[in-house]
Amino acid sequence: MTPGTPVPGPDAVRDALRTHGYLADEGLATVVFLALELRRPLLLEGEAGVGKTEVAKVLSRWTGGELLRVQCYEGIDVSQAVYEWDYTRQLLHLRAAEARAAGTGGDVPAAVEDDLYSERFLVRRPLLAAIAAPAERPPPVLLIDEIDRADDEFEAFLLEVLSDYSVTVPELGTFSARVPPIVVITSNRTRDLHDALKRRCLYHWLDHPDFEREVAIVRLRAPSVGETLARQVAAAVERIRSMGLYKPPGVAETIDWAESVATLGRSALDETTVALTLGAAVKYREDADRIRDAGIGELTQEAVGRAG
Amino acid sequence: MSAPIEGAARGARGPHDEEGRTGASAPERLAVAFAFALRARGIAVAAGAPLRYAEALAAVGLEREGPVYWAGRATLLQDPDDIDGYDDVFHAFWRLGGSRVLRPFEVPRRIEVATDDGLEEDGVPAEEDSAGDARVLELRYSPTEILREKDFAECTPAELAEAQRLMSRIRLRGPRRPTRRRRPARRRGDWPDLRRTVRHALRAGGEPVRRSWLEEADRPRRIVFLCDVSGSMAPYSRALLRFVHVAVAARRSVEVFTIGTRLTRVTRALVAHDPDAALGRVAKLVPDWSGGTRLGEALREFNDLWGVRGLARGAIVVIFSDGWDRGDPAVLAREMARLSLVAHEVVWVNPLKATPGYAPLVRGMAAALPYVDQFMEGHSLASLESLAGVITGRGAPGAVADGRRGRIEVG
Repeated sequence: MTPGTPVPGPDAVRDALRTHGYLADEGLATVVFLALELRRPLLLEGEAGVGKTEVAKVLSRWTGGELLRVQCYEGIDVSQAVYEWDYTRQLLHLRAAEARAAGTGGDVPAAVEDDLYSERFLVRRPLLAAIAAPAERPPPVLLIDEIDRADDEFEAFLLEVLSDYSVTVPELGTFSARVPPIVVITSNRTRDLHDALKRRCLYHWLDHPDFEREVAIVRLRAPSVGETLARQVAAAVERIRSMGLYKPPGVAETIDWAESVATLGRSALDETTVALTLGAAVKYREDADRIRDAGIGELTQEAVGRAG
Repeated sequence: MSAPIEGAARGARGPHDEEGRTGASAPERLAVAFAFALRARGIAVAAGAPLRYAEALAAVGLEREGPVYWAGRATLLQDPDDIDGYDDVFHAFWRLGGSRVLRPFEVPRRIEVATDDGLEEDGVPAEEDSAGDARVLELRYSPTEILREKDFAECTPAELAEAQRLMSRIRLRGPRRPTRRRRPARRRGDWPDLRRTVRHALRAGGEPVRRSWLEEADRPRRIVFLCDVSGSMAPYSRALLRFVHVAVAARRSVEVFTIGTRLTRVTRALVAHDPDAALGRVAKLVPDWSGGTRLGEALREFNDLWGVRGLARGAIVVIFSDGWDRGDPAVLAREMARLSLVAHEVVWVNPLKATPGYAPLVRGMAAALPYVDQFMEGHSLASLESLAGVITGRGAPGAVADGRRGRIEVG
């Protein structure tokens, strides 16, 4: 996709995402289309492992825009998300100017200060890089990952940036985006986000894919896995997700699991294989215990039956 | 699929459309009318959201149901809990032609601006100032002394009102926990502050003479309240929720849930300065007020949906309950174990504990107790002051009061 090309509609988005390795359902395709068309940030909420982050990655592959990622964590601040000065180089530059001045017998010229706070010494972090991206390239894809982990001060700051797509560096002035970046914000919903931020964004709750879609995803992402195995693994995962685990397996785990079984040379699930490879899908001892208590034999039978 | 939507669109223009606008105005009117129907169903639709829906409808068109449905979810909803309600309203509005019944042309032009905007209200970080100095609770006259110790269950409505008024004077500040964030230090700190060092060096002609430092900062620790609102807790629920309201009003990092036969998140309802209005909103929100209890199930719901995911992580979790549980005590024990693994501290407040000769024999209470860090009573004003002391991490206060203007150190 070249910049400025209008996207015809949700169906075209779905096809394009598919071409680049992501199977979106109608809901996701529609909101992605709207995000591109209305140039609004896209807020994706959902369980860990449903493929929220992957949406930004596939958008980057599709549009050719650079992927800029802000991984949020508690205490993230401007110097990690927006910009920072390269202090070490600044100090070196100052010392060099001083040495030159000493050689000529004068003072350090006042112009050195302007020098110090020029773009030369500016370290651009992802937010600034997204705002100050060159207009002739496709707009970058700005991924703000796990916003719920950041403090609410950062959330408020982000809201400000997303309202007018500009960032001010006090020493240099204001950078404004010539083309607004494509913004994808993800949240695991460990806390509620501010209404103001939600209002700014298009909201989409991303669920685990349904059975048929998950089978298709496994087939697409793990070509070595046969249709039968993919169906059985997807059915087993669907059953496991309904067991109320501490950490239910995500799509990535389904793919891993199917690949693990295929790597062992099996083309269908049986009880022994499930017991051996369960660790690819379930990552907590308590969860594995719960599945064993419920009976791996039953789980396998059910999965094979459901897969048809 | 296209037919009902065209029907709805016709309905929206309607014979009474005196301005006679067509085309471009159709999505706009439909969007506003649909948002109106959602609000009638109790779904919080933000001001401005209908306009965005109209924009979105203009982009996806009205020809197919799918995009109309998804565009609405993306622009009008902000909470996955509302999806079921949205589906119902969508069905009634777009498929059954409810848009005609609702007569969208009579939708009021004025859109009320939502007032519960977290960002604005959080503007003043109340707990940030004057951390560390002693918190003071003022008691104005001595009858309060009697009231302080009186069991809420035995209070007259007037006494209860007075107790609740006094409760708003309890200060719930702290506890704090260290963060990764650093702040400038006045004295020599643990990390160099290069940014300020460079600034100072400029003034000194390039020589980094004065070095600046950073030190560790801290933040308030989150408090999560789980309030049992079942029938057996009825004499205490209102008073305890009032106490919780004090906590919500005083600081930002507080979350509140009610537990009965199910779990309800009421934090937002409590964010109002007027305690009576806040409690009224909670009562409306909670479907199982004074019903039965399934503590274990409700706790599991909390752990699965909120607690273990991160909300209770490192937090102080305060459970107000008498421990009556009609469910399986094994479930409660297992969920308490999960909770205690992620929480910083679990405080169980049981109003019955003050009863002489009380022993935690109720099955639920007995099952939960091994996972509780602090087991307290919460039947009176004085006991809630102690609770405030425990929550703020400064131990139980020595309750001292002298007649007319007693001062009690809380925390």
